[in-house]
Parts: sequence; structure tokens; C-alpha cells
Amino acid sequence: MVVFDKPNSLCDVPMHYCPGCTHGIVHRLVAEVIDELQIEGKTIGIAPVGCSVMAYDYFNCDMIEAAHGRAPAVATGVKRANPDNIVFTYQGDGDLASIGMAETVHSAARNENITIIFINNAIYGMTGGQMAPTSLPGQVTQTSPYGRDVNACGYPIKVCEMLSQLDGPEYLERVAVNNVKNVKNAKKAIKKAFENQVNKKGFSLVEVISSCPTNWGLTPSDALKWIDEKMIPYYPLGVYKDRSAK
Amino acid sequence: MAVLTFKTDKCKGCGLCVEVCPKNVLQIAQDKINLKGHHPVEAKNPEACIGCAFCATMCPDCIIKVER
Repeated sequence: MVVFDKPNSLCDVPMHYCPGCTHGIVHRLVAEVIDELQIEGKTIGIAPVGCSVMAYDYFNCDMIEAAHGRAPAVATGVKRANPDNIVFTYQGDGDLASIGMAETVHSAARNENITIIFINNAIYGMTGGQMAPTSLPGQVTQTSPYGRDVNACGYPIKVCEMLSQLDGPEYLERVAVNNVKNVKNAKKAIKKAFENQVNKKGFSLVEVISSCPTNWGLTPSDALKWIDEKMIPYYPLGVYKDRSAK
Repeated sequence: MAVLTFKTDKCKGCGLCVEVCPKNVLQIAQDKINLKGHHPVEAKNPEACIGCAFCATMCPDCIIKVER
């Protein structure tokens, strides 16, 4: 009996991510959910700019590459033109929380029937480890070598908390992928986000606390511990909005 | 008994599977190098495997197949 194997919706190609980067885990969870809901043939993914810019090579469904931060806008167009297709975006924190903040907030406010997978690793990965809007106070990055100074650079943006103040979104949850239990919970959240879209309920966003061993300057296993020690206390896990739960 | 299969040439040797294994089945093969130039994972005592698939759950590159 096969207990675990690669999902069909994930291509059998080597990924370009650094060793120990949890992008691969989240890719797999999305692919598993697409397989389980049997929506591979009608799913359209929107790839972002950032480390996951080449996500279109890794998913077996149709993919579109959006301009930096504009994935929710592209997804809005695709979903409105093809309401029977399942549309998801896969975005990092530099893409969604920085340059694409307007698109994110307005698609949430409009309650577009799309699914957003938001990877929060508190740093710009692809460009070499600069400070991101989600970098923690005091966090050392390439552009904050003495630690993030909140007086000069402001405070990190908590996307789930912020969007939960809007009346629009259907479902917002923050999960992490730093241990087996959290990975299982992350899969449940991603599945629910896709089911909401299949059931035409509206905007669903899952924020995944992820690691960046290379730019954090840690080993892969230390990076997962750093998530537990530093990231999760600042970004508490949980459901921030779920209208269907009422 | 559980059977582990590795796509060794996709392994990046990050060691997350080694860390998470409750039975200490896996190790990074320091004497081997795969196509990508990494030391890949291998099962040092496969008979101890209980097939929990924790390793495959944490593998970022989806290289582990678990059967039991």
C-alpha cells in the first residue's frame, strides 16, 4: 500500500529552490489538494514574481505569469471571464504585501471568488535577502544590517489581521510548515480555501509562515526552529475570518 | 515492513527528513554525490522504518515514496 507519493498535479522536475526551502512543501500541499478535489483539468494558477516565479514549471495545471504583485488582478480577470474554472495565486511577501498590496486589499474587499496562497518568510528571497514589509523588528537583513529599526522602517504588516477588518473576505487563516503537525494543518487550510472557491463562497487567503534558510543565514533545521521561536510569536497562527463558521 | 524509495538525483541534502524521523532511519550520505552535487539522503537502517511518512511530509523536494 502506498502511504505517500508525489501528487499528480506536481511535475516530476527538480525545483530550483535552495536546499531546505519550504516552498517545495507548500507546492506539494497545493498539488495534493488539487488532486483530492479532482480539479486539475480546470484549475488555472497565477505565478508571482519572487522566488516562486517559476512555479509555472512545477504545477501540472494551466499557469499564467503575472507582473510583480498583480497576481490578484490577473486572477480577478481570469475568474470573471471563466467563472467555472478554479483560479489560485501563489505569492510571496514581497509580491503580495509590498508592491501588490493594493491588488490584494481590493480583491479582498470585492470578495473575488479566488484562492490566494501567501508565503510569508519575512525577507525578500530572490533578490538576495533585503528587508521585506513582513521582516520582524530587529531582524538583520542585507538592507538592515543593524536590525530592522521600527522608527525608520515602520512595523511589519500583519496581512491576515489587516484583511480581517474588511467585510469582504470569506476565509483568512495563518498556518506554518515548520513541523509535521503544522504541515497537516496547513493542508487542511489550503483545502478549505479551494473548497470555498468550488462552492462559490468567495475570497480565501491562506498565509503560510515559511522559512528562508539561505537569507536568514541558518541551516534548514535551525530555520524551522527560528519559525517557532521568532516568527510564530509575532504572527500567531489561527483562523482570522471564516464567515461559513458562523 | 515499510519500504522507502528515494529519487536520489532530486535530493538537495537539506536533512529535514533526517531530523524528523522518529526511528533514526535516515542519514545524509557523506560518501556519495548526486547529479546536482549534493550529498543525498539514504536509509541507514531501513528495517526500523515504521512507514509514518514524516520524512516525506517534511521533504521540500518530494523525493520520498513510502509504502507499507
